[in-house]
Amino acid sequence: MHDSDKFKIPMGPQHPALKEPESFSVALRGEKILGVEIRLGYNHRGVEKACEDRTYTQDVYLIERVCGICSHSHSTCFVQAVEEIAGLAVPKRALYIRTLIAELERVHSHLLWLGVAGHEIGFDTLLMYTWRDREVVMDLLALLTGNRVNYGMNTIGGVRRDITAEQAAEVLKGMDILEERTKYYIEVATQETSIIKRLSGVGKLYYPDALKLDAVGPTARASDVDRDTRRDDPYAAYPEMAFDVITDSNSDVYGRTVVRVKELMEAYKIVRQCLKNMPDGPIAVKAPRKIPAGEAVSRYEAPRGEDMHYVKSNGTEKPERVKVRAPTLANVQAVKHMLKDRYLADMPIVIAAIDPCFSCTDRLVSVQQLDNDAHQVLTWQALHEYSIEWHRSRGTDFTALNKKLSKAIG
Amino acid sequence: MVKSLFSILIFPGFLFVSALSLVADFFDRKLHARLQNRVGPPWFQPLADFIKLLAKEEVIPKDANATMFCLAPVFALASAATAFLYIPLWNTEALFSFNGDIIVVLYLLTLPTMTFFIGGWYSTSLFARIGSVRAITQLFAYEIPLFMGILSSALLADTWSLYGITVFYNNRPFFWLLNIIGFAVSLISLMGKLEKVPFDIPEAETEVVAGVFTEYSGRFLAFFRLTLCIEMVAGAALLAAVFMPVGLGLGPLARFVIFIAEVFFIISLISLLRTIFARLRIDQMIRFCWKYMVPLALLQLLINLFAKGIVLR
Repeated sequence: MHDSDKFKIPMGPQHPALKEPESFSVALRGEKILGVEIRLGYNHRGVEKACEDRTYTQDVYLIERVCGICSHSHSTCFVQAVEEIAGLAVPKRALYIRTLIAELERVHSHLLWLGVAGHEIGFDTLLMYTWRDREVVMDLLALLTGNRVNYGMNTIGGVRRDITAEQAAEVLKGMDILEERTKYYIEVATQETSIIKRLSGVGKLYYPDALKLDAVGPTARASDVDRDTRRDDPYAAYPEMAFDVITDSNSDVYGRTVVRVKELMEAYKIVRQCLKNMPDGPIAVKAPRKIPAGEAVSRYEAPRGEDMHYVKSNGTEKPERVKVRAPTLANVQAVKHMLKDRYLADMPIVIAAIDPCFSCTDRLVSVQQLDNDAHQVLTWQALHEYSIEWHRSRGTDFTALNKKLSKAIG
Repeated sequence: MVKSLFSILIFPGFLFVSALSLVADFFDRKLHARLQNRVGPPWFQPLADFIKLLAKEEVIPKDANATMFCLAPVFALASAATAFLYIPLWNTEALFSFNGDIIVVLYLLTLPTMTFFIGGWYSTSLFARIGSVRAITQLFAYEIPLFMGILSSALLADTWSLYGITVFYNNRPFFWLLNIIGFAVSLISLMGKLEKVPFDIPEAETEVVAGVFTEYSGRFLAFFRLTLCIEMVAGAALLAAVFMPVGLGLGPLARFVIFIAEVFFIISLISLLRTIFARLRIDQMIRFCWKYMVPLALLQLLINLFAKGIVLR
């Protein structure tokens, strides 16, 4: 073998294996992966900055749109931080409803993941089956909140919709169906030969590496890291829930699959407890328009792992700083480690196994050199000119188009 | 002359096999969809896809070798369609039957894979190149059990022509039962040839986009798609002719109906198998073929040798 056998293929920013634009540049020798370069940042939307221009109530809805799948996670994490600063005592019923929606969200997220994982290893039948059954929980979420995603359930000081007895009965019915289906999926995932062949031993991440690389959520728990924010730092109604934290010692993609399908069973357990023990009472307390000065960090166990929000207030109706640390950011570094010495064919499933959500993760980081105090800040105008120059140097000239646009805008 | 041209171009030649392959493609897709709990496409979907692709613009990559890039799909289609001409449909004799035609059919069915390799290689896209290398690697794994499976049946009949095989098994009913292992091995190898799950490694979409076909568009892609459909029908027909020669005594029409039913039975087996498996990795696929399929094919060969030496003596 000599150097000419080595070549680089671009997985992304556009690639059928990726659901969002993200760039994985893979150096290959034959089918073997020599190295991977990960580049985030194709989906940066400036949500954190936008939060500073909006009131707290508006921010709840903006933050909810950080992620399409775990929208409730982000909004709950944010309102928890704001409630802590404002010192609001959220009614018990509201906490129970938050927990209920959170677990239903986990169910739909994990079922979605199982389907995606099936698709990545070329097992489309699993995708079709799980996504069909996922409709059950999607319908339940629509019944409870009015939306299939982006539920708009949270508000500062509580929740916005109450749950009736009929709705609770519907949810219980849905849980029975899903529990039966999930038992079948556990059987499929742990017994089907071609699935095990593709998953077992792939994307190894051993316990010390998982700790060192700060993996979170099911990715960490599959490496035997016994961590779950719901138990370790309970929030909402989790202190009153009885559930097991699922861990697995396989440390590979197979282990991550097992953890997720078993977590589904725990989620059904929590949903049932929520509905059974839900106290009566108000669902929200009135929150002040202006939040007193202060800061808070809030942790939340999203379906993909621990989500963390930091909110700093300055006594006005708008926050001074909001920081979101989505679980994918914690897990993405582990991917590089997992892909070492694997085959190209393993790449899609290894990436998918951390259940990545790249648009939640993209942040702008400005790095300041320690020995050099000066750093550059580009104004909007300068940035605009820079982008025109960048494209022109690569042979695309937008000057004519820009003139036309500015004329059209007036 | 006119009769031969009619046979080659219309029935049972190109036009018939194209129509049959589109129906077979619909059957495969619909069955696959129903097994996956989906609705599936309407009956005219494969034809609509084909016509739509014909109407689309074809883009030839700047760095590609245009001649090879454009010729590959034509060769693929021609060889797959020609293979079908040598398979007996309603009686013991095919249109152009001669001693050794079974080898020619197998050869003609191998050609499309070679053209996939050439087309993918000369399109100079990285994904297409990985796909084409995978296609050719896979060829070495499934081709040998396929040949051994099919030819062991010919060995028992002591002939190299499909005509001889059908006559032999027709005269000795239930002899085809001896070839069950060979049939299973050939069917699974055929799935490798057709690049169906679990052997769709050369065109695994989540890894190498569309593999060999990544750069193909318009007419050329339509030809490649049709090639795969015809290859499926021709492969299934070959298996039906070699392993299931039943109903030959009932007259041409009845045999024709039975034959088509057999082809669709084999296609439904392929659909079923591709529904219930995940895609293997290329190393796993090759290991599987050499570790299980080749020994099984050898076992079939042994069975047939013993049968020939003891029963037929």
